[in-house]
Amino acid sequence: MTFLPWNLSLGTRTAAGLIFGQSGGSFWMPPPSATSAIWVDRAFYFILYVSTFFFLLIVTLMTFFVIRYRRREGLGPQRSPHHHLALELTWSGIPLLLVIAMFGLGFAGYIDMRTPPRGAYEIRVSGQKWNWSFQYPNGYVDTNLHVPIDVPVKLTMSSKDVIHSLFIPAFRIKQDLLPDRYTTMWFTATRPGEYDLLCAEYCGTSHSEMLAKVIVHRPGEFEAWLQEAQKRRQNLSPVELGRELYLYAPGGCAVCHSIDGTRKVGPSFKGIYGQIHEFENAPPTLVDDNYIRESILNPSAKIRKGYPDQMTVYKGQLSDEQITALIEYIKTLK
Amino acid sequence: MSGASDSYLTHTRGFWSWALTLDHKRIGIMYMVGILGSFLLGGIFALIVRTELATPGPTIMGFPDAASEASPAEQAAENMVAIAPSSTTGRDLYNHMFTLHGAVMIFLVIIPGIPAVLGNFVLPLMLGAKDVAFPRLNLASFYLWLFGAIFFVVTLHTGGLDTGWTFYTPYSTSTNSAVVTAVLGAFILGFSSIFTGINFIVTVHKLRPAGMTWFKMPLFVWSLYATAIIQVLATPVLGITLLLLAAERLMGLGFFDPKYGGNPILFQHFFWFYSHPAVYIMILPGMGIISEVVSVFSRKHIFGYQFIAFSSVAIALLGFLVWGHHMFVSGMTPLAAMVFSALTFSVSIPSAIKVFNWLATMYKGSIGLATPMCYALAFIFLFGIGGLTGLFLGTLSVDVHLTDTYFVVAHFHYVMFGGTLIAFLAGLHYWWPKMTGRMFSDVAGRWACFIIFVGFNLTFFPQFLLGTRGMPRRYYDYSGLLDSHPEFALLNLLSTIGAYTTAVGLVAAAICLLHSLWRGRPAPANPWGGGSMEWQCPSPPPHDNFPKTPPVRDPYDFSYLAYVGPDRGFVPQT
Amino acid sequence: MTQAATSSHDSSGHDHPPFLAHHYETPKQQFDAGKLGMWIFLVTEVLFFGGLFCAYAVYRATHPEVFIYAHQFLDKNLGALNTVVLLASSLSIAWAVRCAQLDQQRALVACLAITLALAAVFLGVKYVEYKQKWEHGLLWAGRYQAAESAETANHAAPEAHHAGNPESAPRDVGIFFSVYFTMTGLHGIHVVAGMGVIAWVLVLAVKGRFSSQYYNPVDYTALYWHLVDMIWIYLFPLLYLIH
Repeated sequence: MTFLPWNLSLGTRTAAGLIFGQSGGSFWMPPPSATSAIWVDRAFYFILYVSTFFFLLIVTLMTFFVIRYRRREGLGPQRSPHHHLALELTWSGIPLLLVIAMFGLGFAGYIDMRTPPRGAYEIRVSGQKWNWSFQYPNGYVDTNLHVPIDVPVKLTMSSKDVIHSLFIPAFRIKQDLLPDRYTTMWFTATRPGEYDLLCAEYCGTSHSEMLAKVIVHRPGEFEAWLQEAQKRRQNLSPVELGRELYLYAPGGCAVCHSIDGTRKVGPSFKGIYGQIHEFENAPPTLVDDNYIRESILNPSAKIRKGYPDQMTVYKGQLSDEQITALIEYIKTLK
Repeated sequence: MSGASDSYLTHTRGFWSWALTLDHKRIGIMYMVGILGSFLLGGIFALIVRTELATPGPTIMGFPDAASEASPAEQAAENMVAIAPSSTTGRDLYNHMFTLHGAVMIFLVIIPGIPAVLGNFVLPLMLGAKDVAFPRLNLASFYLWLFGAIFFVVTLHTGGLDTGWTFYTPYSTSTNSAVVTAVLGAFILGFSSIFTGINFIVTVHKLRPAGMTWFKMPLFVWSLYATAIIQVLATPVLGITLLLLAAERLMGLGFFDPKYGGNPILFQHFFWFYSHPAVYIMILPGMGIISEVVSVFSRKHIFGYQFIAFSSVAIALLGFLVWGHHMFVSGMTPLAAMVFSALTFSVSIPSAIKVFNWLATMYKGSIGLATPMCYALAFIFLFGIGGLTGLFLGTLSVDVHLTDTYFVVAHFHYVMFGGTLIAFLAGLHYWWPKMTGRMFSDVAGRWACFIIFVGFNLTFFPQFLLGTRGMPRRYYDYSGLLDSHPEFALLNLLSTIGAYTTAVGLVAAAICLLHSLWRGRPAPANPWGGGSMEWQCPSPPPHDNFPKTPPVRDPYDFSYLAYVGPDRGFVPQT
Repeated sequence: MTQAATSSHDSSGHDHPPFLAHHYETPKQQFDAGKLGMWIFLVTEVLFFGGLFCAYAVYRATHPEVFIYAHQFLDKNLGALNTVVLLASSLSIAWAVRCAQLDQQRALVACLAITLALAAVFLGVKYVEYKQKWEHGLLWAGRYQAAESAETANHAAPEAHHAGNPESAPRDVGIFFSVYFTMTGLHGIHVVAGMGVIAWVLVLAVKGRFSSQYYNPVDYTALYWHLVDMIWIYLFPLLYLIH
């Protein structure tokens, strides 16, 4: 959030980013890191060369005519025909052939992007204001997308509220997530590393913070990571589980509530347990277990003074055990 | 104010003689004042948006994260918020700003811009007619526009609007900003647009003078006619869509709500069924202006008249079949995507035809670089980029990567600002002497044009790079992406500098024109050597335009006109 | 559309009759221009309703069971009655145009008055239908409460008897009533607007403004009224007669 450090190193970092690209990217695109990116880049560069040619042709001719035929003393317009069917057909026909080629190239790539291969590794994706959750076949849920390299991965996605759009620039793929229905996308990652995953469809206040990472694991490392993560999650104390939920759960609290007193969309959790709060629509109330439970399940019942009625209703989304864990965690925030 | 003889400006006097006028010229002037005022408002919103994006993280709006418990910062955030009452953070404020920028610019400025201002003023003159077919309906259109604009201003004061100008459901049905007010405003503006369209179609059909066949009409008239067809056929669909959206919010109608079995994607189909053709409502009249200006300032007959005329109609009709290309990633079937992509490419051909014909018009001409021609050349350059980058977005696989990124933002600004608004400026400078009876300073006009051109490219070219490298649009803060894309900081800063440069250029153009009202020398009837009929009446035109309809001739035959100095302009040789 | 047609102007031309606006050369040009304008306006109206017909098609395709189930709650007899009423009003306004062309002043006034009365009858019947729906909670999706009301108040919903067991009701029945209320409601608004215009033309007719030389507003109003009638002719089978 602070921008000072960026400004200090702005010059060098930007030069590196623009000229050399980030680890192998080009002037235009980040490095292609999935099979889908190869399709897109091929079509992109074809169109880029064709349109650059035509643009230079138009601008050169225009500049040449303006200089050559500029209005001068004693030089009027010269006679020349003002229609020419063959010429018209030429400059309609050639672009037509070129755009047919562009269309074909784009369509081939699109069909490939939209047709997941059989037996692809399936991960379920849920988008909500304003974070992502990725559920693996063994039930483990993470806020980042971990995938094995060179294996086709299919995402089955749905939104919990408004329309979101999952976008991974390095893979050149994007697909909207809709409420109450499933959409799918697939890819095969080809380079190990960490990539940005973001929401591309405007979804409200913190749209620009609806970020996650795609972590592409080296061959063989993915399964090990998944088992480890699952095991770790199972052995947590209530407070630790609460902290995990706060940070990483679907619609995790951290998006809107800080633990250091900072004002975000909602009030901070710091030191609230045991305080008496004032509300827009209710008499002052002590912050205790019951109040926290109500605020999670039915947030509109008591709107904290000075804050908007914006919180998602979590009824039916959290188990009793999870709610208890959150309460225990909030108690520790002094 | 202007000349001793009776003109439409001096025919009658007083507030009511303007407010209740049925004269198409005065209505055009009133539209001009209103639309340029809205343009100023939308431009201020744009500068606020660009300023916020100048640096990563919060720049001018809100400090909710950076400022732990420090109360002064909290205070400052609160103060910012006071502008938009329902919001609590800088993020919301930003979201309101880009939404209002888009909504004001599109609904209040670009869609009505050229037809309502220049079309209203020039169309009857070009046809040698006394007025449009339905003068009262014309005045009603203006007041509907004004009424719709008032709704938008009210929106500002009743919680703002944060849906983006596209009003996508279910976000627009769940947000707590003033969606209903804004939607009703857009609905009313739609009717204004429909009535203008009906008026122009009937005027072209029924008020052409004897002898002016379809292929003797100036190309600007052709483009207005094609535009009017779209206005009439597409706008009602937007009207019903917006009504349904308003009813959805007010009563829970459920058309677009999956909870009741409704379909949010249906909204997108309805919305783009209007809003894509609307893009051609914006650009077609601009192309018409460029056809006039290029021909007049090259003193050459327009090349390929019929191809230009028919390409306008082709764009208008094909434009109805391509709306789906806004939705390639919303989950449509590959078959539908294929059809929409193929049709999208088919629209590019008539656009290319126009550009080549303009170039061929300049060939062997006598090219004078007065201000309108400078804008026309800028148009060809910028529209060239805007149109060619459209090819990327029409290509299915590439669109998947680029849609909803800054590439799209750059593309449509190159088309709408670099295209429509630059053409509007070309037309405004071209017909300014006719409208006001005053000549502006050509030197100042060209300088303003140059500054706008440079500033514009500086603003929007970096955005292509931001887009291909993966920065989404409608983004309050890109600091989360800087780890992998440090170049975003510089590119955004360049873009912001460009935005201020453009603003300086626009202010210079405004000063140049306003200055002419006081200090400009009187304009002759035909200062540029135009061949269409509006140059055959005095500048400014008398109340009734023409005492007697002038003889019809080829509007692009300039051979009979001779320049006899700045005071008398071009006069027919006898 | 009709505004320009009726505007008289301080015309300089001596041969300009009072009803001819200054920017037209001949009455025929003015009549043709108005008529073309009216036709284009009707095209926009068709597209306006076209959006709703589209939504109808989409939801009937995705929820066929809802449409078959829910349409039984509509009263076919009242719908048929309204169809007859509107058809009759179309006839009477067409007759009014004929009367104007033949300079039959009193018959013109009578025909317009009959049209206005029939339009009022249409709205009255519509009111009865809406009231029934309202009482049974058969409202649009967000307010739809019929499941309970059909169970508890069977006697109050006679047409629900042959709708079968309420427990067999499909999901999302409300969407049908959203479509129903939007389409008939918007049509109703057009009827009200039409009544306003007819009333205005009626006043002009009483004042004797129309003749075989000038009857443009009557003609344009009749065109509009035929469209309103025609939309209902599509609405009736699409909403009431589903199989």
